[in-house]
Amino acid sequence: MFSDYTSAELLSIFAMQGFAGLILFSVFVLMALGLAIIFGQMGVINMAHGEFMILGAYVTYLISNLFATYLPSLFGIYFFVAMIVSFIAAGALGALVEWSFIRFLYQRPLDTLLATWGLSLILQQIYRSVFGAREVGVTLPDWLMGSVPLSETIEIPINGLFVMGLTLVIAGGVYFLMFKSRWGCQVRAVVQNRPMAAAVGINTAKIDRITFALGCGIAGIAGSAFTMIGSTGPTAGQLYIVDTFLVVVFGGAASLLGTIASAFTISQAQSTMEFFLSGSMAKVLTLLTVVGILMIRPQGLFAMKVRK
Amino acid sequence: MNLVSKFGTNTSGFSIITRRGVIKTIAAVCAGWILQAGAAEVNTTGLAVTDKEVTVGILHSVTGTMAISETGSVQAEKLAIKQINAMGGVLGRQIKFIQEDGASDWPTFAEKSKKLLVNDKVAAVFGCWTSASRKAVLPVFEQYNGMLYYPTFYEGLEQSPNVIYTGQEATQQIIAGIDWVVKEKGAKTFYLLGSDYIWPRTSNKIARKHIEKLGLKVVGEEYYPLGHTQFNSVINKIKLTKPDVIYAIVVGGSNVAFYKQLKAAGISLPKEKPLLLTISVTEDEILGIGGENIEGAYAAMKYFQSLDNPNNKAFVEAFKAEYGKDIVIGDVTQAAYLGPWLWKAAVEKAGSFDIDKVRAASPGIELTTAPEGYVKIHPNHHLWSKTRVGLAQKDGQYKLVYETEDLMEPDPFPKGYQ
Amino acid sequence: MSRQSLKTLFPASDITYWIILGLLLGVVLPLTLDIFRLNLVGKYLTYAFVAVGLVLCWGYGGILSLGQGVFFGLGGYCMAMFLKLESSDPESTKIQSTPGIPDFMDWNQLTELPWFWEPFYSFPFTLIAIIAVPTIFAYIIAVAMFKRRVGGVYFAIITQAIASILTILIIGQQGYTGGVNGITDLRTLMGWDIRSDSAKYILYYVNFFFLMSCLLVAQFVRKSKLGRLLVAMRGREDRVRFSGYDVSSFKIFVFCLGAAFSAVGGAMFTLQVGFMSPSFVGIVPSIEMVIFCAVGGRLSIFGAVYGTLLVNWAKTTFSESFPELWLFAMGALFIGVVMAFPSGLAGVYKKYVEPWLISVAGHARNFLSKPGNAIPSVGPLSKQEGVSP
Repeated sequence: MFSDYTSAELLSIFAMQGFAGLILFSVFVLMALGLAIIFGQMGVINMAHGEFMILGAYVTYLISNLFATYLPSLFGIYFFVAMIVSFIAAGALGALVEWSFIRFLYQRPLDTLLATWGLSLILQQIYRSVFGAREVGVTLPDWLMGSVPLSETIEIPINGLFVMGLTLVIAGGVYFLMFKSRWGCQVRAVVQNRPMAAAVGINTAKIDRITFALGCGIAGIAGSAFTMIGSTGPTAGQLYIVDTFLVVVFGGAASLLGTIASAFTISQAQSTMEFFLSGSMAKVLTLLTVVGILMIRPQGLFAMKVRK
Repeated sequence: MNLVSKFGTNTSGFSIITRRGVIKTIAAVCAGWILQAGAAEVNTTGLAVTDKEVTVGILHSVTGTMAISETGSVQAEKLAIKQINAMGGVLGRQIKFIQEDGASDWPTFAEKSKKLLVNDKVAAVFGCWTSASRKAVLPVFEQYNGMLYYPTFYEGLEQSPNVIYTGQEATQQIIAGIDWVVKEKGAKTFYLLGSDYIWPRTSNKIARKHIEKLGLKVVGEEYYPLGHTQFNSVINKIKLTKPDVIYAIVVGGSNVAFYKQLKAAGISLPKEKPLLLTISVTEDEILGIGGENIEGAYAAMKYFQSLDNPNNKAFVEAFKAEYGKDIVIGDVTQAAYLGPWLWKAAVEKAGSFDIDKVRAASPGIELTTAPEGYVKIHPNHHLWSKTRVGLAQKDGQYKLVYETEDLMEPDPFPKGYQ
Repeated sequence: MSRQSLKTLFPASDITYWIILGLLLGVVLPLTLDIFRLNLVGKYLTYAFVAVGLVLCWGYGGILSLGQGVFFGLGGYCMAMFLKLESSDPESTKIQSTPGIPDFMDWNQLTELPWFWEPFYSFPFTLIAIIAVPTIFAYIIAVAMFKRRVGGVYFAIITQAIASILTILIIGQQGYTGGVNGITDLRTLMGWDIRSDSAKYILYYVNFFFLMSCLLVAQFVRKSKLGRLLVAMRGREDRVRFSGYDVSSFKIFVFCLGAAFSAVGGAMFTLQVGFMSPSFVGIVPSIEMVIFCAVGGRLSIFGAVYGTLLVNWAKTTFSESFPELWLFAMGALFIGVVMAFPSGLAGVYKKYVEPWLISVAGHARNFLSKPGNAIPSVGPLSKQEGVSP
């Protein structure tokens, strides 16, 4: 197969494929980071994670329409506004959900699974009733469309670069929050020893709520970013769940670094296999490999102790 | 009671007992008996038919992932029924419909179809969209002898006495489209791409056979799971192999992702290097994809909303009046619209609602009022129709660039392509 | 069995539940419902197999599996393969390019039967396969997971991934499996037409019989030492381990048992509905099966059956009249069951209905035992055990 191409072409093939893998990696990280925070730090499974992402996407849709109607001259920057609003909206919804029922279920992770699944059904139906069953199209600003030619044959899609940049910013932000800020300290304290943290004066309920809201907010930004590369419809959230969960579990849920490492591994494996095999088989093989490795090492890549 | 009010009362209310009243009563009973007998002729199998009404079923997904696509079909069928009723109905009877939700779940389709046929005894069912739903309901229709009008373009390989297929089958859509792109655009190499299930795979098999028959080359063939959203790898492969034509049969949510990513990767479809030809994107799908992302792609269908003929103009106007001026109408929606009209024509030709008689009367039925122009029912229960190629515009509509001169004969079991 | 052990196995309180369930399913429903609705009930009862399995796995063992659809589907597909081969004899398929193979294989241009279909010509093999294939599959998963002490949420997510993988495989390999359409148009079981009304009645009773058998097995597990161990493991696994028991073996056993139940349900489903498709294998149907179990009360095997019937009946009724409302209701059901009624219907029954019934019975007895009345005076009825039915 490679004999038909010159070495320059082969180089560009690998370069483009490498970038495709990096874009996929960024997508996985964005999807998984929000969930990893919630699951890893709090042990809560949020099956409605995809729906929070789609909330971000719908918010982006609304904002793009708003700008198109009232502020057409500023259309170029609407995307940044949309991302911020998505973060706030998804975070607010997350806080509401946490306050209404998640906080009663912290000791019962399997039950949160079921309850959040019910939440996802309700959210899907709300989207369907409000926005219609059809998918909505989000118009991108011009500067986000097209690709950047790095050389004659290598072209990188701009929105891919944007997603990669966004991922770096968010991952960096989360790292900073978690490990360098006072609030992050408090979160880690609550995770490691809740009664002691409460005894020291940390408002554990408030910390939980903010953490959950943060995780959902990041999901909202991810959804907003995905309007560039995917579809926005009531059931679009379902497309992302299984992959996201696997990335988080594979990484060893205790560690955010693990999430990033696992996203990298899975995305590179998948995009490499996609190149040499057909799409379906690549997906199946990737899933099988992940499950297989998980069976041998169930605690994931970076785990501190065995998970129950 | 009716008799009394019809044939008059006197103030004392003993109307029936007078002599005049008795004669009138007997006359009424005889008239009723004759009408009843007439009705019996029209309906010998116990379908839900009265003197005033006939009941049909509409079976589509109102909820679930398929709701996006099936909404148009429901709207079209309801509009057709409304128009038929305004014209006097079928055999003098107004059409009443029972609508059931398949919920994008094939077993539910089977269950609801059984309910419509066995419990509600409907005279016809307009429904289904995916092949899976049709396959699930087919045994029910064959066991209970119902008639289904199925609107979606599909892979063929089926010919049931209990289904009328108002959408095109694969050879009609594919062969004409490929011939056109070879002749008009000088295409020599093709890259086949599709979602991973029966329709794209079967269609690509037919496409490949035809391409190779013409002596041309298929440089790649790929399938991605339903719902897949990351196409950068295959887009890279396409850039690599530099085909003349991308033959895309991507379906559902993947559609949006694919076209957005294609554009983002720098493949500008209006440049036609490569050119993209699809059979799976109608005006409905473009709503989700965004006209600016798919501008420049070609689609092979039998119907486009922009068709310029008096039937279509009237149809689009009526549709917009009913459902809003921003509504779009795709190929399947129009095919669904044909269903009630074809049924009406068959019933009137047969003079009866009996399924067996309707079936016998159907082959040869022509519809000159179809928005797509003209269709005729073939003995294999598919439709003779023209195939057209359209160029996707930024505003979400298709511009017609080619139309077959003759009607394409439907051939669900094509020899040499199997 | 000795009289004593029979008594432990079927305590007096439980006998009533058995009788009520048996009467309801075996007598009341067949007499009051027309065959169409009875067939629907039969379909719901096949889901009950999965729910009962989940009661053992999840309620007692604490193992939540979100992939029971896999086993349901495997059992169902085995049965479907047998039935399809039967209806694809060369005589009926002579219009195909290759007669003698199922229609979907012909459309996919297969020219001969794949090797793994061959054994399904034999009914005894099929029966064995229905139980064996899913159980072996469950065993492999369980050994890999439980020996390494993976449980809880991790295990649940992995079962989801497996359900996802199997769905993609089945849909993609449409030549071998019928793809997304599934295996349809199944007509006869060894010459007997399964679509006729009389067949549906018979199949309903066969289903009923198998369900009662599974319930018996589940009861046996519950009341035996194994059942107590499961409850102990669910509470404090490490203590059970320290006491010298091999925790993983029990978990493996109960998971495989749940898989076997689900497989039988799947096979009965195929027989009653007449087709099997990958839409029963994936994540969504698997989670729905969990909700049937949760609504009934995850500790109650009878509750599992009632829960399944109730939720499915509600689904059919509401989706006819209020399709949009139904999804809200279902979502709310998930949340409500977890928050307000963690013990489901059985819990509601235990907490509210049963004490009321007992007090009514007590009053009746006292009344009847007064001088001049029928029964000699007795004390109040003994309190029930703390364990759920």
